[in-house]
Amino acid sequence: SSVQTIGEEQIQNPYTELLVLKGHQDIVRFLVQIDDFRFASAGDDGIIFLWNAQTGEKLYELHGHTHKITAIAPFSSSDGTEEKTDLIITASADRTVIVWDCASGRQVQKVSCFHSTVKCLTVLQRLNVWLSGGSDLCVWNRKLDLLCKTSHLTDAGISALVELPKNCVAAAVGKELIIFRLSASNNGSEGWNVLEVKRLVDHQDNISSLVNVNDLTFVTGSHIGELIVWDALDWTKQASECNFWDSSVHPDIQPEIKLSQSPNETSVQHLTSDEECVFAAVGKGIYVYNLQMKRVIACQRTAHDSSVLHIEKLPNRQLISCSEDGSVRIWELREKQQLPAEPVPTGFFNMWGFGRANKQANQAAKKMQENTPMYFLELVGDLIGHSSAVQMFLYFGELGLATCSADHLIILWKDGERESSLRSLALFKKLAQNGDLQLKL
Amino acid sequence: MISAPDVVAFTREEELEDDLYREPPLPEEYSVPLFPFAGQGANPWAKVAGSKFTRDFILISEFSEQVGPQPLLTIPDDAKVSGTFDLNYFSLRIMSVDYQASFVGHPPGSAYPKLNFVEDSKVVLGDSKEGAFAYVHHLTLYDLEARGFVRPFCMAYISADEHKIMQQFQELSAEFSKASECLKTGNRKAFANELEKKLKDLDYTRTVLHNETEQQKKANDKGYYTTQAIEKANELASVEKSIIEHQDLLRQIRSYPYRKLKESEFHPYEPECALDRADVGSDQDPTASDPTEPDETHLYTHMPSYTPKLIKAKSAKCFDKKLKTLKELCDVYFFTQTLDQLHHIERTFRGDVCYLLTEQISRALLKQQSVTNFLFEDVSLLDEKPPEKQYRGCQGLGQDAIDEKCSEESLAPKVVISLGSYKSSVECVPIKMEQEMEDSEEPKMSESMVSEHQENLDYLDADIKGSISSGESIEVLGTEKSGSGLTKSESQASLPVIPSPQAGRTKVGSRRTVSEDSIEVLSTCPSESLIPEDFKASYPSAINEEPYMDDDEGGLRFTPRLNPGVDDGQDDVSKQESLVQVDAACCIGKESPNFLEPLPELGQKPCEEDGGVRIPPQPYRLAEQGLRGGFPSHDGLSGGLLPYELDSRYLTGSREVSKSSLDECSDSTSYISSAASTCSDRTPSPAHLACAAGDRHRKRAGQNALRFIRQYPFAHPAIYSLLSGRTLVVLGEDEAMVKKLVTALSIFVPNCGVYAKPVKHWVTSPLHLVDFQKWKLIGLQRTVSPAGVNVLHALSRYSRYLSILDADSKTLRCPLYKGTVVARLADHRTQIKRGSTYYMHVQSILTQLCSKAFLFTFCHHLHLPISEREPEESVVNRRINFLKLQLGLANEDIKIVQYLAELLKLHYIQEPGQGGNPLLRFDYVPSFLYKI
Repeated sequence: SSVQTIGEEQIQNPYTELLVLKGHQDIVRFLVQIDDFRFASAGDDGIIFLWNAQTGEKLYELHGHTHKITAIAPFSSSDGTEEKTDLIITASADRTVIVWDCASGRQVQKVSCFHSTVKCLTVLQRLNVWLSGGSDLCVWNRKLDLLCKTSHLTDAGISALVELPKNCVAAAVGKELIIFRLSASNNGSEGWNVLEVKRLVDHQDNISSLVNVNDLTFVTGSHIGELIVWDALDWTKQASECNFWDSSVHPDIQPEIKLSQSPNETSVQHLTSDEECVFAAVGKGIYVYNLQMKRVIACQRTAHDSSVLHIEKLPNRQLISCSEDGSVRIWELREKQQLPAEPVPTGFFNMWGFGRANKQANQAAKKMQENTPMYFLELVGDLIGHSSAVQMFLYFGELGLATCSADHLIILWKDGERESSLRSLALFKKLAQNGDLQLKL
Repeated sequence: MISAPDVVAFTREEELEDDLYREPPLPEEYSVPLFPFAGQGANPWAKVAGSKFTRDFILISEFSEQVGPQPLLTIPDDAKVSGTFDLNYFSLRIMSVDYQASFVGHPPGSAYPKLNFVEDSKVVLGDSKEGAFAYVHHLTLYDLEARGFVRPFCMAYISADEHKIMQQFQELSAEFSKASECLKTGNRKAFANELEKKLKDLDYTRTVLHNETEQQKKANDKGYYTTQAIEKANELASVEKSIIEHQDLLRQIRSYPYRKLKESEFHPYEPECALDRADVGSDQDPTASDPTEPDETHLYTHMPSYTPKLIKAKSAKCFDKKLKTLKELCDVYFFTQTLDQLHHIERTFRGDVCYLLTEQISRALLKQQSVTNFLFEDVSLLDEKPPEKQYRGCQGLGQDAIDEKCSEESLAPKVVISLGSYKSSVECVPIKMEQEMEDSEEPKMSESMVSEHQENLDYLDADIKGSISSGESIEVLGTEKSGSGLTKSESQASLPVIPSPQAGRTKVGSRRTVSEDSIEVLSTCPSESLIPEDFKASYPSAINEEPYMDDDEGGLRFTPRLNPGVDDGQDDVSKQESLVQVDAACCIGKESPNFLEPLPELGQKPCEEDGGVRIPPQPYRLAEQGLRGGFPSHDGLSGGLLPYELDSRYLTGSREVSKSSLDECSDSTSYISSAASTCSDRTPSPAHLACAAGDRHRKRAGQNALRFIRQYPFAHPAIYSLLSGRTLVVLGEDEAMVKKLVTALSIFVPNCGVYAKPVKHWVTSPLHLVDFQKWKLIGLQRTVSPAGVNVLHALSRYSRYLSILDADSKTLRCPLYKGTVVARLADHRTQIKRGSTYYMHVQSILTQLCSKAFLFTFCHHLHLPISEREPEESVVNRRINFLKLQLGLANEDIKIVQYLAELLKLHYIQEPGQGGNPLLRFDYVPSFLYKI
């Protein structure tokens, strides 16, 4: 099915004003929120920029890494009495990790004792420690003392980390999911030990994304489009879904080896979730998987022209996705009213999907219609601005939306109406300051 | 532009004349019939038939001591202009006007000649026989070889239109004063140089004579003197006397700038700064000094070696010898500057007086729209110093503004208009006075203020008297002593001869170890006199004696204002200057209280200035400015300002050059730079070029726009796109055609800031989002190459931000427009035929839009709730109602005003100095394809 398009008239699209933030000299890959109005951006040029999300003002330009940035995490530490300091931790391909102070734009500390590139960073706010994942897993405290580390796990390294209850973390290492537990060491006040608790080998291919849903659940997705829902406490598989690309109810008809489908088109690029649903960016499509019903309730098979790189759920039932095709799209999850809830067969819960893929397009389309879930994703707007892949975006609520792209730019999308009234406010403030304001009621 | 000129032209007689123009009526027998063919319905603006010349021109003539009054040159330098007009006769006329001030020879009592810094006199005269009326500006230049060291000259603006001369008197006077000041500045330098040489000659002669006498003494030991010896001794004595005299002359001429600096018209350099620099310079090894002033050090090493000549005791009377030409008198550089200025004057005042008036009035009105005028007005226009007429023209309209300005005025001596003050200028200036003036300054100044006011009243009388009393064909219609004759004459006693420039100068002198002779170098510019003659012309700092010239709107601008930073520094200066020129005419009608109030700062500022040791202006200062301004004339040849080159353009009449097709340039960034680049090789004053080109551009743009709206039925949505801030791309293969369209449409593009029109005439690479932030009108090349595919791809990708006018297939893709404003703006059945008229029509409608946007932006309740409890919806409703009902806007017109309002807001809240992020606003509205 072809990509859904929306005309030039987009009534529901609030973003009618944009600011282009220039600074980066290479692909911008990461955006991370620092507080209500600041965010940091980082990418392949090794520079980190701090921005004001309201004005688009460049606050700081942080130089320190010599290679591209591979991971970034905010770390706001509040030491009880001390006032809150906002830090960000960045890891780079130059095998260093630097802690920056967002208030002063200074480098707080730098660690360069890594044997391999750190690919992921996680802050365990509760324990006031942070973890770095490369070829091994290291645990650090705020002052950048190495508390403990695992043995060498794999050359490929940890690709994703997520915090689990009971001082556990889940690390995605290749096809495996390894659960570690941090325990206070017997000697010393601040000593920690990290122990491998369990290895889960249910994925057939490399795990590409790993997110928490809630305290009891987390989800993983793999390169060949498997989605597994795990229990966060006992690390058992609650449900799994596969063959996202194939909505056929009749898996037995025309079993074709789906070599025609390139892995990219089935790879779970990104996962996000709210309490009810997991939203998966799979290939070019977006899928909504309901945790209770344990099935895909809505999907948009070709949401973009090419791979969806990042999705995020907004509070208002909206979903934003960005893609390699350079566009950002806003979706709304709507209930289908006219069709009474029709039981959707759950027969496609295959573990291994030599499913069947490319049937004739129209046939697939027909089937899709037949099996439409009760919900559907409606395109309510798209943002076109970047000239290259949009790597990531950051939703700032009413302040707008920041998108970063391979074209070296960051664009701040804003609600024009709101900005206009803010400017009016500023104008009358300035008038009042100058003493030029005369109010006659 | 506020109003179309036609309107004003027809209403002027009734409405404006009474209030604004109070020239006395001519006696019937002298009046020239203004519209001889009026009965036949001829164009009332046609040239008056009585005159023998075709258009206004400027005449410079001299009262030569050898041959009497003679014309020297005319501007424009074209025989056709003056036609059968008898220049010789008229020279005689204008030179014979009573301006005795300049005929000052040796005052009888003094032992040696005194230089009188004669003020220029300004006279208006009419010659009904020739059908000519003239503003005549007399000035005196110094010449060592001339009788009494003075050469009287005069510049006259000759026009057939008496009204023009009378009504533009103040402007003419101001502009001619600049020209005169430039001439005199150059003349002083040249004169001082001449004196120096003469002194060297004398010194040498003295040495020679001295040696001879000594030898004679030795040879003759008999104890009595031979007649030869006595003769020699007498000769020696007379040479020594002559030396003293010339030294005194040099001292006097040198003192001039300091005296002049006291008047706020002249903006002194900061002495501290200069001193610092001088110190630095003297401490350091000259070769290691600041790289920004390479020329200075360079120049110090180049001492022109002048070989003194022996002077005969009795020099021949010089009636048979050729007098110096004006160019020689004034130094080529200044001469060409003056010609520039005169050309500028000629251009400015060319044409019918009603155009001038309209222009001045509308410009004055524009100045007052300080919040909105950036939107559609020419950036160059706004930058300009307001013409003085403003104050007269808007007296009724903006008294507040005037008051405000006047109160800002600090120690500006008021211009006095008085016949009686003639004599004051004749008085010689004692320059020995030193310290005691400071405390007496203030009362005197305020006293003079009062008397000025009375003088103004006198002026009215004088006007009438002047015109009645003359019985010949020449009437002196009005005169003015500009400058500050009275102020000066009263406070002359207290005129500070600043603790003598000596202190500062010695420092400067101390590093010039090369010069060891006793002759002091002209203080105005110590290094100046060391510059080889050829260098001088190309040396921009040569004129730094009067920095105020930098701020003239006229041709004497040496540092083009490309750099806003430079601007800032000069703002005060230019403001002050413009205030100085509030001429007395503006307080004739109303008694502006400011002229009666003693100004509080008056006493203080002069003191401050006196406190510091004034140092001669240093060349590096301008060198620096030149660098900052990015003006290339500084480095030796590059400016191309070698004297002969400068000359030649007057010989070849290269006015054509300036026509260099500027019709396409409209964005002023590229525009200024292009102007600068095209003219850098010919003149250091791009400013008035820009001005003239601006006119031409407007005309051309207006014509093109007129053609556009007649040719393209979809002109309305295209213009709507521009007005509502949606970028319009003109796509086409032919660069010339695309640029023409862009030029045409550029008049509808609102400016986003004060800097430049967001217009890009020609782009060949694919567009990007960033371009739409910067440019609102883009000419884009269509090619068939693969690159062209990318270009088109980008266009379709970003189509939601764009309207696309395809010049090749004559289609337009853009949102629908159903409003009414654009229909008035661009009526294809319009009767307007001329480009400039249409331009003004557009401007007047755009001004209406601006005022609506202003109202909308600055009404508090339209944007913010009246009370805290008021819901947002009611504010929105109020806003919509206001736009629809109060402002009478329909449909898409609302969006235009909203966009303009956004620009106003952005402009207003933007902190100065901070560029602010350019933002792109857009709508999600469907586009339609229009075809012819």
